[in-house]
Amino acid sequence: MVGRLLRSMGRAVLDWLGALGHATLFLLEALRQAFLPPYRFRRLLEEIHFIGWKSGLIILLTAAFTGMVLGLQGYYTLRKYGSESALGSAVALSLIRELGPVLTALMVSGRAGSAITAKIGIMRISEQLDALESMAVNPVQYVVTPKLVAGLICVPLLTAIFDVVGILGGYVVGVWLLGVGSGVYFSGISQSVVALDVNGGVVKSLVFGLTVITVSCYKGYFTPRGAEGVSRATTEAVVSSAVLVLAWDYVLTSFFM
Amino acid sequence: MIQIIDLACSLNGQVVLDGIHLTVPRGQITVIIGKSGAGKSVLLKHVLGLMRPDRGQILVDGVDLTRARGRRLQEIRRRFGVLFQGGALFDSLTVFDNVAFPLREKTDLAEEEIGERVRYRLSQVRLGQEVEEKYPDELSGGMKKRVALARALIQEPEIVLFDEPVAGLDPPMTNTIFHLIARTHQENQYTGLVVSHDIPAVFQVAHFVAMLHRGRIIAWGAPAEIQNHEDAAVQSFLRGEVNFLAD
Ligand SMILES: Nc1ncnc2c1ncn2[C@@H]1O[C@H](COP(=O)(O)OP(=O)(O)O)[C@@H](O)[C@H]1O
Ligand SMILES: [Mg+2]
Repeated sequence: MVGRLLRSMGRAVLDWLGALGHATLFLLEALRQAFLPPYRFRRLLEEIHFIGWKSGLIILLTAAFTGMVLGLQGYYTLRKYGSESALGSAVALSLIRELGPVLTALMVSGRAGSAITAKIGIMRISEQLDALESMAVNPVQYVVTPKLVAGLICVPLLTAIFDVVGILGGYVVGVWLLGVGSGVYFSGISQSVVALDVNGGVVKSLVFGLTVITVSCYKGYFTPRGAEGVSRATTEAVVSSAVLVLAWDYVLTSFFM
Repeated sequence: MIQIIDLACSLNGQVVLDGIHLTVPRGQITVIIGKSGAGKSVLLKHVLGLMRPDRGQILVDGVDLTRARGRRLQEIRRRFGVLFQGGALFDSLTVFDNVAFPLREKTDLAEEEIGERVRYRLSQVRLGQEVEEKYPDELSGGMKKRVALARALIQEPEIVLFDEPVAGLDPPMTNTIFHLIARTHQENQYTGLVVSHDIPAVFQVAHFVAMLHRGRIIAWGAPAEIQNHEDAAVQSFLRGEVNFLAD
């Protein structure tokens, strides 16, 4: 009984590690294709439009509310210790180090990643990927590589937007509603945020962006046959993206502390 | 000419192709019939080099495609045009861009020349200018197949593969598609390999018919020979017998 349980757990872990290795090879191949002609700028622009531009609104909304919540929570916590003046620094550091990169990646995964998996999955089961290959066009280069490069460009930019809008959201609550001084809010930020925080945030956003787009493309590209295939692949892509982003976050945070 | 020699392939532990021998003569249309799930699409994917066999060879004018990789495989593939089962048109591209796609990818032709060729191919499959800007999901099943046929022919391939060109179409549209295949074959003289379970309609376009059953070619010959073939499996397939389809 226990033996069987252990065996099936062992198998699940092995399967998972196998898929992780397979996905890593897939990522490396997609990156390699970025350096081989033909260079597909048009495709890249399409993907930047889809992954970056179309995620703008949802990033603005989530960033504003996240900043506002941070302002509110931060204010009541800090007031207990009489240090409301640290509100700006608390909001900015939470956003730049953690919430900006993580929430941006999760939003991009939900908005763009799931759609990417579904689209590529449909291309797989309707033989569009086979059609590309039969026309001597590399499907990874045509379909996957532009999405990855677009992710590498867009996710850090979206994260930066998230951070700035979040800080303004905290400002609205802290300064306008709760009466923290405007100068105090911003000087707290400029005194506490150092280059390491910003660099750490950028590295995180790059890693998370790569993770989310790779997982989404991979799940779509290897969609199982059958009617259930695409919907299952889409769910798995979103779940795996979220788990991997949070796991990476722990690893990178401990690295940049 | 395509020669398939002792081709075998198992998928998920199930033997799908079990030693296929088949010669597809140049400039003629060979039709492979067989019930659904017999492995017809798998066979076509091997001919395209999209799947690798467990054993056997596929010789295209003497060159073994199953061992070709990279550039050599691409060179062989450029001689093929393919009409996939559902059309496999790219959802994100218009009809015009779909048909133009192989030319834009693989040639340096000017847009003007591309436009001319696309229009010629579309008119060859009886589609007018009004469909050019439509997207695949705005088209009926028959129109999709016709666009896919135009795309398959745009590079003037020497060999054209058709996977179930009429599956899911009503009888008039079935006849239209077969008529278009016959006509384009007359005009372009390609080597055709058609996979279909639509009998007897598919006999209209066939010079040769091969029957795939349990992973092997169990009958081969001119359409008339196949129709009078003494093999029990062939006869019950031609008659559409239920017990045969069920096993
Ligand atoms: N990529 C694949 N992976 C696993 N099994 C497959 C794959 N493609 C086809 N098969 C199986 O091979 C058999 C033949 O399929 P197919 O060639 O599509 O039949 P058909 O003659 O209808 O075209 C089926 O049992 C199918 O489930
Ligand atoms: Mg099939």
